[in-house]
Amino acid sequence: MKQQIIDILTEARPEFDFQAEANGFIEKGMLDSFDIIVIISEIEEKFDISIDGDQILPENLDSIDAISKLVTRFSSKN
Amino acid sequence: MYLKFKNKKITGILSVVPENEVHFADGIKNYNFSEKQSLKLAKIMGYGSTRIVNEDTCVSDLCIFGLQHLFTEKLLNKDDIDAIVLVTQSPDYFLPATSNVIAGEIGLGEDVFCIDINQGCAGYEVGLMQAYMLLDQDSINTVVLLNADVLSKKVSLKDRNSRPLVGDGASITVVQNDQESKESDLFIKMDGSGAKSLIIPAGGFKLPSSEETRLHKDDGTGNMRSDDHLRMVGDAVFNFVQTKVPQMVYDIYENLQISDDDVDFYFFHQPNKFMLEKLADKLKVDRAKMPNNIVGKYGNGSGITVPLNICENLGKKSLNNTYKVILGGFGVGLTWSMIVCELKKLSFCSIINYK
Repeated sequence: MKQQIIDILTEARPEFDFQAEANGFIEKGMLDSFDIIVIISEIEEKFDISIDGDQILPENLDSIDAISKLVTRFSSKN
Repeated sequence: MYLKFKNKKITGILSVVPENEVHFADGIKNYNFSEKQSLKLAKIMGYGSTRIVNEDTCVSDLCIFGLQHLFTEKLLNKDDIDAIVLVTQSPDYFLPATSNVIAGEIGLGEDVFCIDINQGCAGYEVGLMQAYMLLDQDSINTVVLLNADVLSKKVSLKDRNSRPLVGDGASITVVQNDQESKESDLFIKMDGSGAKSLIIPAGGFKLPSSEETRLHKDDGTGNMRSDDHLRMVGDAVFNFVQTKVPQMVYDIYENLQISDDDVDFYFFHQPNKFMLEKLADKLKVDRAKMPNNIVGKYGNGSGITVPLNICENLGKKSLNNTYKVILGGFGVGLTWSMIVCELKKLSFCSIINYK
Protein backbone atom coordinates (compact mmCIF):
# COMPACT_ATOMS: atom_id res chain seq x y z
CA MET A 1 0.00 0.00 0.00
CA LYS A 2 2.79 2.42 0.93
CA GLN A 3 4.43 2.15 -2.45
CA GLN A 4 1.12 2.84 -4.19
CA ILE A 5 0.65 5.93 -2.03
CA ILE A 6 4.19 7.11 -2.81
CA ASP A 7 3.48 6.65 -6.53
CA ILE A 8 0.34 8.79 -6.27
CA LEU A 9 2.14 11.53 -4.36
CA THR A 10 5.08 11.52 -6.77
CA GLU A 11 2.79 11.77 -9.77
CA ALA A 12 1.10 14.80 -8.21
CA ARG A 13 4.38 16.47 -7.22
CA PRO A 14 7.29 14.90 -9.12
CA GLU A 15 9.71 17.56 -7.91
CA PHE A 16 9.65 16.20 -4.33
CA ASP A 17 11.08 12.99 -2.84
CA PHE A 18 8.27 11.78 -0.61
CA GLN A 19 10.22 8.71 0.52
CA ALA A 20 13.00 10.86 1.93
CA GLU A 21 10.66 12.97 4.07
CA ALA A 22 9.18 11.36 7.17
CA ASN A 23 6.39 13.92 7.58
CA GLY A 24 5.48 17.58 7.22
CA PHE A 25 4.26 17.34 3.60
CA ILE A 26 1.85 20.24 4.11
CA GLU A 27 4.03 22.40 6.35
CA LYS A 28 6.98 22.08 3.99
CA GLY A 29 4.85 23.19 1.05
CA MET A 30 5.15 19.86 -0.75
CA LEU A 31 1.37 19.64 -1.07
CA ASP A 32 -1.20 22.40 -1.26
CA SER A 33 -4.93 22.05 -0.77
CA PHE A 34 -5.55 21.38 -4.44
CA ASP A 35 -2.87 18.67 -4.58
CA ILE A 36 -4.67 17.09 -1.65
CA ILE A 37 -7.90 16.96 -3.60
CA VAL A 38 -6.18 15.27 -6.53
CA ILE A 39 -4.45 12.80 -4.20
CA ILE A 40 -7.66 11.95 -2.34
CA SER A 41 -9.42 11.37 -5.62
CA GLU A 42 -6.60 9.09 -6.85
CA ILE A 43 -6.52 7.18 -3.58
CA GLU A 44 -10.29 6.66 -3.66
CA GLU A 45 -10.04 5.27 -7.16
CA LYS A 46 -6.98 3.11 -6.53
CA PHE A 47 -8.26 1.55 -3.28
CA ASP A 48 -11.96 1.67 -4.18
CA ILE A 49 -12.92 3.62 -1.08
CA SER A 50 -14.80 6.83 -0.30
CA ILE A 51 -13.19 9.13 2.25
CA ASP A 52 -15.48 11.42 4.27
CA GLY A 53 -14.96 15.09 3.44
CA ASP A 54 -14.45 16.00 7.10
CA GLN A 55 -11.50 13.62 7.29
CA ILE A 56 -9.61 15.40 4.51
CA LEU A 57 -7.43 17.13 7.06
CA PRO A 58 -3.76 18.17 6.87
CA GLU A 59 -2.88 15.82 9.74
CA ASN A 60 -4.30 12.85 7.82
CA LEU A 61 -2.20 13.64 4.74
CA ASP A 62 1.02 14.89 6.23
CA SER A 63 3.07 11.69 5.96
CA ILE A 64 3.03 8.30 4.27
CA ASP A 65 2.07 6.70 7.59
CA ALA A 66 -0.84 9.09 8.13
CA ILE A 67 -2.17 8.48 4.62
CA SER A 68 -1.81 4.71 5.06
CA LYS A 69 -3.84 4.88 8.27
CA LEU A 70 -6.51 6.91 6.53
CA VAL A 71 -6.76 4.37 3.72
CA THR A 72 -6.91 1.47 6.18
CA ARG A 73 -9.62 3.19 8.22
CA PHE A 74 -11.87 3.76 5.23
CA SER A 75 -11.10 0.38 3.67
CA SER A 76 -12.62 -1.31 6.68
CA LYS A 77 -15.48 1.21 6.82
CA ASN A 78 -16.44 0.85 3.15
CA MET B 1 -29.03 31.59 15.13
CA TYR B 2 -32.44 30.37 14.03
CA LEU B 3 -35.00 32.84 12.65
CA LYS B 4 -38.52 32.13 11.50
CA PHE B 5 -40.34 34.26 8.94
CA LYS B 6 -44.00 34.06 7.97
CA ASN B 7 -45.82 34.84 4.73
CA LYS B 8 -42.78 35.64 2.60
CA LYS B 9 -42.55 34.61 -1.03
CA ILE B 10 -39.80 34.57 -3.61
CA THR B 11 -41.80 35.86 -6.57
CA GLY B 12 -39.18 35.52 -9.29
CA ILE B 13 -35.47 35.17 -10.00
CA LEU B 14 -33.47 36.52 -12.93
CA SER B 15 -29.77 35.78 -13.31
CA VAL B 16 -27.49 37.93 -15.44
CA VAL B 17 -24.20 36.47 -16.68
CA PRO B 18 -21.57 38.20 -18.82
CA GLU B 19 -21.53 37.05 -22.43
CA ASN B 20 -17.74 36.63 -22.34
CA GLU B 21 -16.89 32.96 -21.79
CA VAL B 22 -13.42 31.93 -20.58
CA HIS B 23 -12.35 28.30 -20.89
CA PHE B 24 -10.13 26.57 -18.36
CA ALA B 25 -8.00 24.94 -21.06
CA ASP B 26 -7.03 28.36 -22.41
CA GLY B 27 -5.58 29.42 -19.06
CA ILE B 28 -3.43 26.35 -18.33
CA LYS B 29 -0.33 28.00 -19.76
CA ASN B 30 -0.57 30.69 -17.05
CA TYR B 31 -0.06 28.22 -14.21
CA ASN B 32 3.22 26.84 -12.85
CA PHE B 33 1.92 23.30 -13.08
CA SER B 34 2.10 20.63 -15.76
CA GLU B 35 -0.79 20.41 -18.20
CA LYS B 36 -1.46 16.85 -17.06
CA GLN B 37 -1.76 17.93 -13.41
CA SER B 38 -3.99 20.84 -14.27
CA LEU B 39 -6.30 18.73 -16.44
CA LYS B 40 -6.59 16.12 -13.71
CA LEU B 41 -7.55 18.79 -11.19
CA ALA B 42 -10.03 20.25 -13.68
CA LYS B 43 -11.81 16.91 -14.00
CA ILE B 44 -12.11 16.45 -10.25
CA MET B 45 -13.11 20.03 -9.46
CA GLY B 46 -15.42 20.41 -12.44
CA TYR B 47 -13.54 23.29 -14.03
CA GLY B 48 -14.95 24.06 -17.45
CA SER B 49 -15.77 27.59 -18.46
CA THR B 50 -16.59 30.72 -16.55
CA ARG B 51 -18.25 34.02 -17.40
CA ILE B 52 -16.05 37.05 -16.90
CA VAL B 53 -16.89 40.73 -17.32
CA ASN B 54 -14.73 43.05 -19.38
CA GLU B 55 -12.60 45.68 -17.69
CA ASP B 56 -15.25 48.40 -17.77
CA THR B 57 -18.21 46.45 -16.42
CA CYS B 58 -19.18 46.96 -12.79
CA VAL B 59 -21.75 45.50 -10.43
CA SER B 60 -24.17 48.36 -11.10
CA ASP B 61 -24.04 47.67 -14.87
CA LEU B 62 -25.06 44.04 -14.43
CA CYS B 63 -27.86 44.91 -12.00
CA ILE B 64 -29.26 47.78 -14.07
CA PHE B 65 -29.20 45.60 -17.20
CA GLY B 66 -31.22 42.94 -15.41
CA LEU B 67 -33.67 45.38 -13.87
CA GLN B 68 -34.30 47.07 -17.22
CA HIS B 69 -35.00 43.63 -18.69
CA LEU B 70 -37.61 42.98 -15.99
CA PHE B 71 -39.24 46.39 -16.57
CA THR B 72 -39.29 45.94 -20.35
CA GLU B 73 -40.73 42.44 -20.12
CA LYS B 74 -43.29 43.70 -17.58
CA LEU B 75 -42.11 41.16 -15.02
CA LEU B 76 -41.54 43.87 -12.43
CA ASN B 77 -43.23 47.24 -12.03
CA LYS B 78 -40.72 49.92 -11.06
CA ASP B 79 -43.31 51.72 -8.94
CA ASP B 80 -43.88 48.62 -6.82
CA ILE B 81 -40.32 48.56 -5.47
CA ASP B 82 -40.11 49.54 -1.81
CA ALA B 83 -36.50 48.58 -1.11
CA ILE B 84 -33.30 47.49 -2.81
CA VAL B 85 -30.91 45.19 -0.97
CA LEU B 86 -27.59 44.72 -2.76
CA VAL B 87 -25.18 42.04 -1.56
CA THR B 88 -21.72 42.44 -3.03
CA GLN B 89 -18.03 42.41 -2.17
CA SER B 90 -17.02 44.26 -5.31
CA PRO B 91 -18.97 47.53 -5.11
CA ASP B 92 -18.52 50.28 -7.70
CA TYR B 93 -17.09 52.62 -5.03
CA PHE B 94 -16.08 52.64 -1.36
CA LEU B 95 -18.82 55.24 -1.16
CA PRO B 96 -21.61 55.88 -2.02
CA ALA B 97 -23.43 52.58 -1.69
CA THR B 98 -23.88 50.93 -5.08
CA SER B 99 -27.56 50.29 -4.33
CA ASN B 100 -28.03 54.08 -4.19
CA VAL B 101 -26.25 54.43 -7.52
CA ILE B 102 -28.53 51.79 -9.05
CA ALA B 103 -31.66 53.43 -7.61
CA GLY B 104 -30.59 56.76 -9.07
CA GLU B 105 -29.84 55.30 -12.50
CA ILE B 106 -33.18 53.54 -12.82
CA GLY B 107 -35.10 56.47 -11.39
CA LEU B 108 -36.53 55.17 -8.13
CA GLY B 109 -38.28 57.55 -5.76
CA GLU B 110 -37.10 58.96 -2.43
CA ASP B 111 -39.18 56.51 -0.41
CA VAL B 112 -37.26 53.51 -1.72
CA PHE B 113 -34.85 52.24 0.91
CA CYS B 114 -31.40 51.18 -0.38
CA ILE B 115 -28.73 49.20 1.44
CA ASP B 116 -25.48 47.44 0.53
CA ILE B 117 -24.41 44.36 2.45
CA ASN B 118 -20.84 43.08 2.43
CA GLN B 119 -21.28 39.33 2.16
CA GLY B 120 -20.02 36.67 -0.21
CA CYS B 121 -20.83 33.02 -0.64
CA ALA B 122 -23.60 33.10 1.99
CA GLY B 123 -24.87 36.37 0.55
CA TYR B 124 -28.09 35.00 -0.90
CA GLU B 125 -29.39 33.81 2.45
CA VAL B 126 -28.15 36.94 4.25
CA GLY B 127 -29.83 39.09 1.59
CA LEU B 128 -33.08 37.16 1.88
CA MET B 129 -32.93 37.57 5.65
CA GLN B 130 -32.66 41.35 5.24
CA ALA B 131 -35.47 41.33 2.68
CA TYR B 132 -37.72 39.29 4.98
CA MET B 133 -37.06 41.66 7.89
CA LEU B 134 -37.98 44.66 5.76
CA LEU B 135 -41.14 42.93 4.60
CA ASP B 136 -42.26 42.62 8.23
CA GLN B 137 -42.97 46.37 8.04
CA ASP B 138 -46.49 47.32 6.94
CA SER B 139 -45.22 49.92 4.48
CA ILE B 140 -43.04 47.46 2.59
CA ASN B 141 -44.44 44.86 0.22
CA THR B 142 -41.82 44.41 -2.50
CA VAL B 143 -38.09 44.07 -1.92
CA VAL B 144 -35.65 43.63 -4.77
CA LEU B 145 -32.66 41.57 -3.67
CA LEU B 146 -29.59 42.03 -5.86
CA ASN B 147 -26.63 39.70 -5.57
CA ALA B 148 -23.76 40.72 -7.78
CA ASP B 149 -19.99 40.43 -7.94
CA VAL B 150 -17.16 41.01 -10.39
CA LEU B 151 -14.43 39.39 -8.33
CA SER B 152 -12.53 38.12 -11.38
CA LYS B 153 -10.87 41.54 -11.28
CA LYS B 154 -9.35 40.57 -7.93
CA VAL B 155 -8.04 37.11 -8.79
CA SER B 156 -4.54 36.54 -10.15
CA LEU B 157 -4.35 35.07 -13.65
CA LYS B 158 -1.54 32.87 -12.33
CA ASP B 159 -3.45 31.45 -9.36
CA ARG B 160 -4.59 27.97 -10.27
CA ASN B 161 -6.42 27.64 -6.95
CA SER B 162 -8.83 30.51 -7.59
CA ARG B 163 -8.71 31.69 -11.19
CA PRO B 164 -10.32 28.68 -12.91
CA LEU B 165 -13.40 28.84 -10.74
CA VAL B 166 -14.11 32.53 -10.31
CA GLY B 167 -17.09 33.86 -12.22
CA ASP B 168 -18.89 37.18 -12.44
CA GLY B 169 -22.58 37.94 -12.62
CA ALA B 170 -25.69 39.20 -10.92
CA SER B 171 -29.04 37.89 -9.82
CA ILE B 172 -32.25 39.72 -9.10
CA THR B 173 -34.74 38.17 -6.72
CA VAL B 174 -38.10 39.78 -6.11
CA VAL B 175 -39.37 39.03 -2.62
CA GLN B 176 -42.90 39.90 -1.49
CA ASN B 177 -45.41 39.33 1.25
CA ASP B 178 -47.86 36.54 0.52
CA GLN B 179 -50.48 35.42 3.02
CA GLU B 180 -50.62 31.95 1.48
CA SER B 181 -46.92 31.24 1.77
CA LYS B 182 -45.65 28.85 4.41
CA GLU B 183 -42.93 29.66 6.90
CA SER B 184 -39.35 30.25 5.85
CA ASP B 185 -36.79 29.07 8.38
CA LEU B 186 -33.35 30.61 8.41
CA PHE B 187 -30.29 29.16 10.12
CA ILE B 188 -27.14 31.24 10.19
CA LYS B 189 -23.78 31.04 11.94
CA MET B 190 -20.59 33.06 11.75
CA ASP B 191 -17.03 32.50 12.95
CA GLY B 192 -14.95 35.64 12.80
CA SER B 193 -11.86 33.80 14.03
CA GLY B 194 -11.62 32.42 10.50
CA ALA B 195 -12.16 35.78 8.82
CA LYS B 196 -8.73 35.81 7.21
CA SER B 197 -9.13 32.40 5.59
CA LEU B 198 -10.71 34.16 2.62
CA ILE B 199 -9.36 37.64 2.18
CA ILE B 200 -8.16 40.34 -0.17
CA PRO B 201 -5.40 41.67 2.12
CA ALA B 202 -4.69 45.01 0.43
CA GLY B 203 -6.77 47.78 -1.06
CA GLY B 204 -8.78 48.81 1.97
CA PHE B 205 -7.86 51.24 4.72
CA LYS B 206 -5.90 48.66 6.75
CA LEU B 207 -3.39 48.08 3.97
CA PRO B 208 -3.87 50.50 1.08
CA SER B 209 -2.88 49.29 -2.37
CA SER B 210 0.68 50.27 -3.24
CA GLU B 211 3.49 49.29 -5.56
CA GLU B 212 4.58 46.76 -2.95
CA THR B 213 1.16 45.17 -2.48
CA ARG B 214 0.83 44.82 -6.25
CA LEU B 215 3.99 42.68 -6.51
CA HIS B 216 3.30 39.08 -7.53
CA LYS B 217 4.81 36.48 -5.19
CA ASP B 218 4.94 32.69 -5.24
CA ASP B 219 2.79 31.29 -2.43
CA GLY B 220 5.24 28.42 -1.99
CA THR B 221 3.26 25.92 -4.03
CA GLY B 222 3.52 27.48 -7.46
CA ASN B 223 0.66 29.97 -7.43
CA MET B 224 1.53 33.59 -8.14
CA ARG B 225 -0.55 36.38 -6.62
CA SER B 226 -0.20 39.79 -4.98
CA ASP B 227 -1.68 41.20 -1.78
CA ASP B 228 -4.24 43.00 -3.95
CA HIS B 229 -5.60 39.61 -5.00
CA LEU B 230 -8.07 37.22 -3.42
CA ARG B 231 -6.33 34.71 -1.17
CA MET B 232 -7.90 31.53 0.13
CA VAL B 233 -6.50 29.16 2.74
CA GLY B 234 -7.88 26.21 0.84
CA ASP B 235 -7.51 23.42 3.37
CA ALA B 236 -9.01 25.51 6.20
CA VAL B 237 -11.99 26.52 4.07
CA PHE B 238 -12.52 22.99 2.80
CA ASN B 239 -12.51 21.56 6.30
CA PHE B 240 -14.82 24.30 7.55
CA VAL B 241 -17.35 23.43 4.87
CA GLN B 242 -17.13 19.68 5.41
CA THR B 243 -17.67 19.95 9.17
CA LYS B 244 -20.02 22.92 9.63
CA VAL B 245 -22.36 22.50 6.68
CA PRO B 246 -23.46 18.90 7.37
CA GLN B 247 -24.03 19.77 11.03
CA MET B 248 -26.31 22.64 10.01
CA VAL B 249 -28.35 20.28 7.84
CA TYR B 250 -28.67 17.84 10.76
CA ASP B 251 -29.78 20.77 12.98
CA ILE B 252 -32.43 21.67 10.39
CA TYR B 253 -33.75 18.10 10.25
CA GLU B 254 -34.01 18.05 14.04
CA ASN B 255 -35.44 21.54 14.57
CA LEU B 256 -38.06 21.30 11.84
CA GLN B 257 -38.72 17.59 12.28
CA ILE B 258 -38.07 16.88 8.63
CA SER B 259 -35.82 14.47 6.75
CA ASP B 260 -34.17 14.25 3.37
CA ASP B 261 -37.43 12.74 2.03
CA ASP B 262 -39.17 16.09 2.60
CA VAL B 263 -36.62 18.07 0.58
CA ASP B 264 -36.83 18.29 -3.21
CA PHE B 265 -33.55 20.11 -3.75
CA TYR B 266 -30.54 21.37 -1.85
CA PHE B 267 -29.55 24.48 -3.80
CA PHE B 268 -26.16 25.10 -2.29
CA HIS B 269 -23.35 27.48 -3.08
CA GLN B 270 -20.95 25.90 -5.56
CA PRO B 271 -17.24 26.44 -4.86
CA ASN B 272 -16.36 23.30 -6.83
CA LYS B 273 -17.82 19.96 -7.86
CA PHE B 274 -15.63 17.88 -5.52
CA MET B 275 -16.78 19.77 -2.44
CA LEU B 276 -20.46 19.37 -3.36
CA GLU B 277 -20.09 15.66 -4.05
CA LYS B 278 -18.38 15.15 -0.70
CA LEU B 279 -21.18 17.07 1.05
CA ALA B 280 -23.91 15.06 -0.66
CA ASP B 281 -22.16 11.79 0.17
CA LYS B 282 -21.63 12.78 3.78
CA LEU B 283 -25.30 13.67 4.15
CA LYS B 284 -26.33 10.55 2.22
CA VAL B 285 -28.26 12.78 -0.15
CA ASP B 286 -28.72 11.78 -3.79
CA ARG B 287 -26.17 13.88 -5.72
CA ALA B 288 -28.93 14.82 -8.19
CA LYS B 289 -30.75 16.64 -5.38
CA MET B 290 -27.71 18.80 -4.73
CA PRO B 291 -26.80 20.15 -8.19
CA ASN B 292 -23.12 20.91 -8.85
CA ASN B 293 -23.33 21.99 -12.48
CA ILE B 294 -23.01 25.78 -12.11
CA VAL B 295 -19.35 26.15 -11.26
CA GLY B 296 -18.16 24.36 -14.40
CA LYS B 297 -20.41 26.38 -16.68
CA TYR B 298 -20.48 29.88 -15.20
CA GLY B 299 -17.84 29.79 -12.46
CA ASN B 300 -18.15 30.48 -8.76
CA GLY B 301 -19.88 33.83 -8.62
CA SER B 302 -19.94 34.08 -4.84
CA GLY B 303 -23.46 34.97 -3.64
CA ILE B 304 -24.86 34.49 -7.14
CA THR B 305 -24.40 30.74 -7.28
CA VAL B 306 -27.54 29.84 -5.33
CA PRO B 307 -30.04 31.86 -7.42
CA LEU B 308 -28.15 30.91 -10.61
CA ASN B 309 -28.35 27.30 -9.48
CA ILE B 310 -32.14 27.64 -9.18
CA CYS B 311 -32.48 29.33 -12.59
CA GLU B 312 -30.27 26.75 -14.31
CA ASN B 313 -31.79 23.66 -12.74
CA LEU B 314 -35.44 24.60 -12.32
CA GLY B 315 -35.94 27.33 -14.92
CA LYS B 316 -39.39 27.16 -16.50
CA LYS B 317 -40.37 24.14 -14.37
CA SER B 318 -40.54 26.51 -11.42
CA LEU B 319 -43.33 28.51 -13.07
CA ASN B 320 -45.88 25.72 -12.63
CA ASN B 321 -44.59 23.74 -9.68
CA THR B 322 -43.83 24.06 -6.01
CA TYR B 323 -40.58 22.77 -4.53
CA LYS B 324 -39.46 22.39 -0.95
CA VAL B 325 -35.83 23.46 -0.92
CA ILE B 326 -32.90 24.16 1.32
CA LEU B 327 -30.85 27.10 0.09
CA GLY B 328 -27.33 27.04 1.50
CA GLY B 329 -24.32 29.32 1.41
CA PHE B 330 -20.92 29.07 3.07
CA GLY B 331 -17.67 30.94 2.81
CA VAL B 332 -16.13 34.30 3.54
CA GLY B 333 -16.61 35.57 7.07
CA LEU B 334 -16.60 32.75 7.87
CA THR B 335 -20.35 32.51 7.40
CA TRP B 336 -22.65 29.59 6.79
CA SER B 337 -26.39 29.84 6.43
CA MET B 338 -29.40 27.97 5.14
CA ILE B 339 -33.02 28.80 4.41
CA VAL B 340 -35.70 26.15 4.31
CA CYS B 341 -38.60 27.37 2.20
CA GLU B 342 -40.96 26.65 -0.64
CA LEU B 343 -40.33 27.89 -4.15
CA LYS B 344 -43.95 28.25 -5.19
CA LYS B 345 -44.88 28.83 -8.82
CA LEU B 346 -42.42 31.62 -9.60
CA SER B 347 -43.43 34.40 -11.99
CA PHE B 348 -40.05 34.24 -13.73
CA CYS B 349 -36.91 32.17 -13.39
CA SER B 350 -34.35 32.54 -16.16
CA ILE B 351 -30.82 33.48 -17.18
CA ILE B 352 -29.91 36.25 -19.59
CA ASN B 353 -26.59 37.31 -21.09
CA TYR B 354 -25.13 40.72 -20.33
CA LYS B 355 -23.98 42.31 -23.57
